[in-house]
Amino acid sequence: MEKTWNNKAWFLVLPVLVVVAFSAVIPLMTVVNYAFNDTFGNNQFFWAGLEWFDEMVHSERLHEALGRQVLFSAIILAIEVPLGIFVALNMPKKGFWSSLVLVLMALPLLIPFNVVGTIWQIFGRVDIGLLGGALAALGVDYNYTSDPLDAWVTVIVMDVWHWTSLVALLCYAGLQSIPQAYYQAARIDQASRWAVFRHIELPKMKGVLLIAVLLRFMDSFMIYTEPFVVTGGGPGNSTTFLSIDLVKMAVGQFDLGPAAAFSLMYFVVIMLVSWVFYTVMSNMDRAGSDIPEEL
Amino acid sequence: MAQITLRNLAHSYYPNPQTDRDYALKEMDHVWQDGGAYALLGSSGCGKTTLLNIISGLLKPSHGRVLFGDTDVTEQPTAARNIAQVFQFPVVYDTMSVRDNLAFPLRNRGMDAAYIKARVDQIAAMIGMEDMLARKAQGLTADAKQKISLGRGMVREDVNAILFDEPLTVIDPHMKWELRTQLKRLHREFGHTMIYVTHDQTEALTFADRVVVMYEGRVVQMGTPEELFEKPGHTFVGYFIGSPGMNFLPAQVQGRRALLAGGAAVELGGDYGAVSGQVQIGIRPEHATLVADGGLPFDVTRVEDVGRHRLVRGSVLGQPLNVVIPEGMAIDGLPRVAFAPDRVNVYADDWRVAPAAEEAA
Repeated sequence: MEKTWNNKAWFLVLPVLVVVAFSAVIPLMTVVNYAFNDTFGNNQFFWAGLEWFDEMVHSERLHEALGRQVLFSAIILAIEVPLGIFVALNMPKKGFWSSLVLVLMALPLLIPFNVVGTIWQIFGRVDIGLLGGALAALGVDYNYTSDPLDAWVTVIVMDVWHWTSLVALLCYAGLQSIPQAYYQAARIDQASRWAVFRHIELPKMKGVLLIAVLLRFMDSFMIYTEPFVVTGGGPGNSTTFLSIDLVKMAVGQFDLGPAAAFSLMYFVVIMLVSWVFYTVMSNMDRAGSDIPEEL
Repeated sequence: MAQITLRNLAHSYYPNPQTDRDYALKEMDHVWQDGGAYALLGSSGCGKTTLLNIISGLLKPSHGRVLFGDTDVTEQPTAARNIAQVFQFPVVYDTMSVRDNLAFPLRNRGMDAAYIKARVDQIAAMIGMEDMLARKAQGLTADAKQKISLGRGMVREDVNAILFDEPLTVIDPHMKWELRTQLKRLHREFGHTMIYVTHDQTEALTFADRVVVMYEGRVVQMGTPEELFEKPGHTFVGYFIGSPGMNFLPAQVQGRRALLAGGAAVELGGDYGAVSGQVQIGIRPEHATLVADGGLPFDVTRVEDVGRHRLVRGSVLGQPLNVVIPEGMAIDGLPRVAFAPDRVNVYADDWRVAPAAEEAA
């Protein structure tokens, strides 16, 4: 067939290019620009080379924020993944209750992040909050605004409340795809509850579980809104995670150069980790189907 | 190993069954002998799998009891019944190797490692998978997976019974024969009670000592292959067993004679007295012969060659009738059909009526 060559067709791609340029490329390049230059306003830039990167890599403050960030992600993953699996295993499989539970489980996921923060900020207050008040009445010395441990507990419990549903719902979908015959065969084979989980349920959940871990890792590693609303990063810097620190640096102190270098490194880290996850996942998929299924 | 007794057993999937139709399994009272090889035969949806799942405990019957030997196991969970069951479609544990799959039921029972190894090797040899033991079960063919399922079903020596739910559906025909022979040999060797569900009569008749025919949730006959062929207890058994099935002709039966529509008479093998209800006589195509005179007028519509014999399709007094004749026999000049009197069965409302002599015996 004769192909028609018409370079006007390129114009059709233009809208997409414009949108992507304004939404991603230009903002990112601006950040790159700030990261390699120093500016004192008036749109005047002086070449700084890798100075900001060097400063950030050796910054004690960034190291601490990174440490807190890694600890936070590790804790919430360690809680949310097993808890999500446990909840999914105990959810009703069909009927009215299953629908009701699904809706209830989805609720926390539908609430805007800053509203989640506000809910917990008020909930945890000792003077008017239900949780804070109840704990105070029980004689527990709890105050998330002054005690770093209390602040951490509050932020972690909030994240667990907000996001365990996601893990549970993904696992639930994985569990629902297991044919009844597998459970029947396990009963015939006199398998224990643990063996059923280990050899039937877990293998079938593996795929969705990896996605859940990836999503929860990325989201928790970038967390900003909820802890910012509840603790504002305090008391002191005890709940200042990477994003909060970044915003403080860029918007609070107006240190645009270091903040830009910081955010580029942050971006690269998240990309790298996601890439590793993706590679591991697709390798596992391939390992699962190395022998072609003949049916 | 144990004798299985079904006492007033019935099952309905509805919470408040009202009519007969609400029951997937209508009330039955049966004893399955210890060490018997039974085939459960019937068309799809007749309750075969329901009955099997009740025996294995995957399903709790809504009425009646199940006994293993003298023990009432109705309330016992599957795991406590020590029973093996192989399903229609292969169920293997994907993440385990073939060896671990076969060893799984034994490990769950806490058998010692040396015994498990010996037993698994033995089973692997039987299903022809010795050289695949180290492989992961994932990614094997459906055939191979089903052989693993069969192997897992047979690996425990002390099971009360082994239940097969159409296990050879996904196996290719050549392997089917081989596996069925293996099962048969296993049965002779170990004497497990085996119940084999199928809708394939050849499979049922070759596997079992006794065949249980089910129809619409009811066991309509339990007997040897020969009994099912010669004296079907229900018109369904007549239709279902044999190829083609039994011929049925509406009739009025009085004593030793059956009167067909139009007044033609057929002689019977015994005295039936007066039979009431909707009466039919049944005759196997193999027991009808084409004759020059005597018998009934027969209109031939078609002759089919089916290998070792020929099948003549036609009608007698307006009713369809099939006759099996030997290969090479000419049908010209044989316009009538005759029945061997003692091979004619009488049915009232679909159930077989026994002649007086048989009842007395």
